[in-house]
Amino acid sequence: MGKRVLLIEDEPNIIEALSFILSRDGWTVHTHEDGATAMEKVIALPPDVIILDVMLPGRSGFDILRDLRGHEVTKAIPVMMLTARGQEKDRDLAIRLGANHFMTKPFSNSDVRDYVRNLMEA
Amino acid sequence: MPTQRLVGSRIREKRLDLGLKQAAVAETVNISPSYLNLIEHNRRRIGGKLIADLARVLKVDVALLTEGADVAVLDKMRGAAASLDIDVEINRSEELAARYPGWSGLIASQARRIEALEEQVRVLTDRMAYDPQLSGSLHEVISAVSAIRSSASILVGPEELDQDWQRRFHTNIHNDSVRLAESSEALINYLEAPDAAIEHASSPFEQVETYLSSVGFHLAALESRDADPRQVVVQAGLGGAATKLLAAVANRYASDAKLLPLKAFEDACRTTGYDPLALAERFEVPMTPVMRRLAQLPPGADHPPIGLATCDAAGALTFIKPVPGFSIPRFGGACPLWPLFGALSRPFQPIRLDVVLPGANPTRLLCYAMAEAKVPAKLNASLVLQSTMIVLPDTAQSEGIPLSVGVSCRICPHADCTSRREPAMMTGQSASVL
Repeated sequence: MGKRVLLIEDEPNIIEALSFILSRDGWTVHTHEDGATAMEKVIALPPDVIILDVMLPGRSGFDILRDLRGHEVTKAIPVMMLTARGQEKDRDLAIRLGANHFMTKPFSNSDVRDYVRNLMEA
Repeated sequence: MPTQRLVGSRIREKRLDLGLKQAAVAETVNISPSYLNLIEHNRRRIGGKLIADLARVLKVDVALLTEGADVAVLDKMRGAAASLDIDVEINRSEELAARYPGWSGLIASQARRIEALEEQVRVLTDRMAYDPQLSGSLHEVISAVSAIRSSASILVGPEELDQDWQRRFHTNIHNDSVRLAESSEALINYLEAPDAAIEHASSPFEQVETYLSSVGFHLAALESRDADPRQVVVQAGLGGAATKLLAAVANRYASDAKLLPLKAFEDACRTTGYDPLALAERFEVPMTPVMRRLAQLPPGADHPPIGLATCDAAGALTFIKPVPGFSIPRFGGACPLWPLFGALSRPFQPIRLDVVLPGANPTRLLCYAMAEAKVPAKLNASLVLQSTMIVLPDTAQSEGIPLSVGVSCRICPHADCTSRREPAMMTGQSASVL
């Protein structure tokens, strides 16, 4: 079984596209669309890498990231934030909360694939 | 006559500005130092050759000594000078205003215009940053674009794709392009709504005040006992939150008018000298509705100009009726020495205070203020306080020393004020900051 990536994102077509390119790159892709229950999903898996959207239904990606870094099981999992909110203050907040990488939408598929690989190898 | 009485103050101010001794000036114009002293303390009227001689010695226009300058214009000019990091001769602003009233009026009106535009920019910036509809629309557009880009790059990539996947990604691109078209259109419609943008460019409080100012803060339609406040609201034609605020103002106006009917109130005002405490006692009502009613007296009926301001427990201004000589900034921090704010620390205690505003032509005003519960107290709940203050011309000019208040710290010359919260930006003035 390949390394597991969890994509926490609520846009179905983005989920499908990213799932496709990451699967083709050898990843086992898990997806989750709800912010409120995302932590439970992470703890239940747990994945090797997380791609985390910011504007999610139920709970913000920033709040989820804060919880991830505060939980024994999840605190070391590499997280890449993927968001439409590309302002400097959002980037700063993500890094301060412990994100390993911050990428804004619209993104390039190859960038996402490369950064996820790098996070795993780091 | 207040204007004449202030001539002496202006002479004293100009003499001190030039660093001239009273005796030296008196000798130059052939009067005794003690007589000049009486003039400077507004205890002797002067005119004719003497005032012309004094103007010559003090190197100012006679009109500056006799008429002074419009205080509101001066405030705006000083505010305009303080708002930029440019060295301006602020201590000569009164001279400029007296000598060139047209140009000074232009500076003041441009300063007002800049203030209004800056406020519009602030509101629009807030709107861009926090408007949930705009934020939601932009998010929708970026999400659709991201999905299209990601799906399209898979389709055009070098690797083989079976027909099922091709069909799925084509369908996704089609669906996202439809979504993108719709969300873009909605966004354009939203951004191209000039009326709405203008309507929201000033705060609802200011929209209400602008409307009330257009009718002299007097709503004649609400003076009869069977008046319907809703008609006033409809006729005003305001929108959004301003409508709700105006409705609250109109309802309160109507109930105040029933409590204090106009004709009887006007008569009583004249006999009591517009004293809100005496009026409250005469009509057996609290002082706050009396103060509001004083500020609602019909314009052009030979009543003195009466300003009004209200604020909440945080000191945020919720209503301002300006009058000549009385201006208080809604944003940027008003002078905390106004009794409007002092009343908050003494709820239910009426306050009467003579105040003087700084400047070469100091303006004296008489203030009454009181803070009381905005809504009836509830068991174990915090009291919701609201402070109300009226401002009248200080025609009596009592002998006591009036409290010096400013407009805001940035343009206030009181260097040693313990209430100062930021340095003054006035040329030649030192300032201490806590």
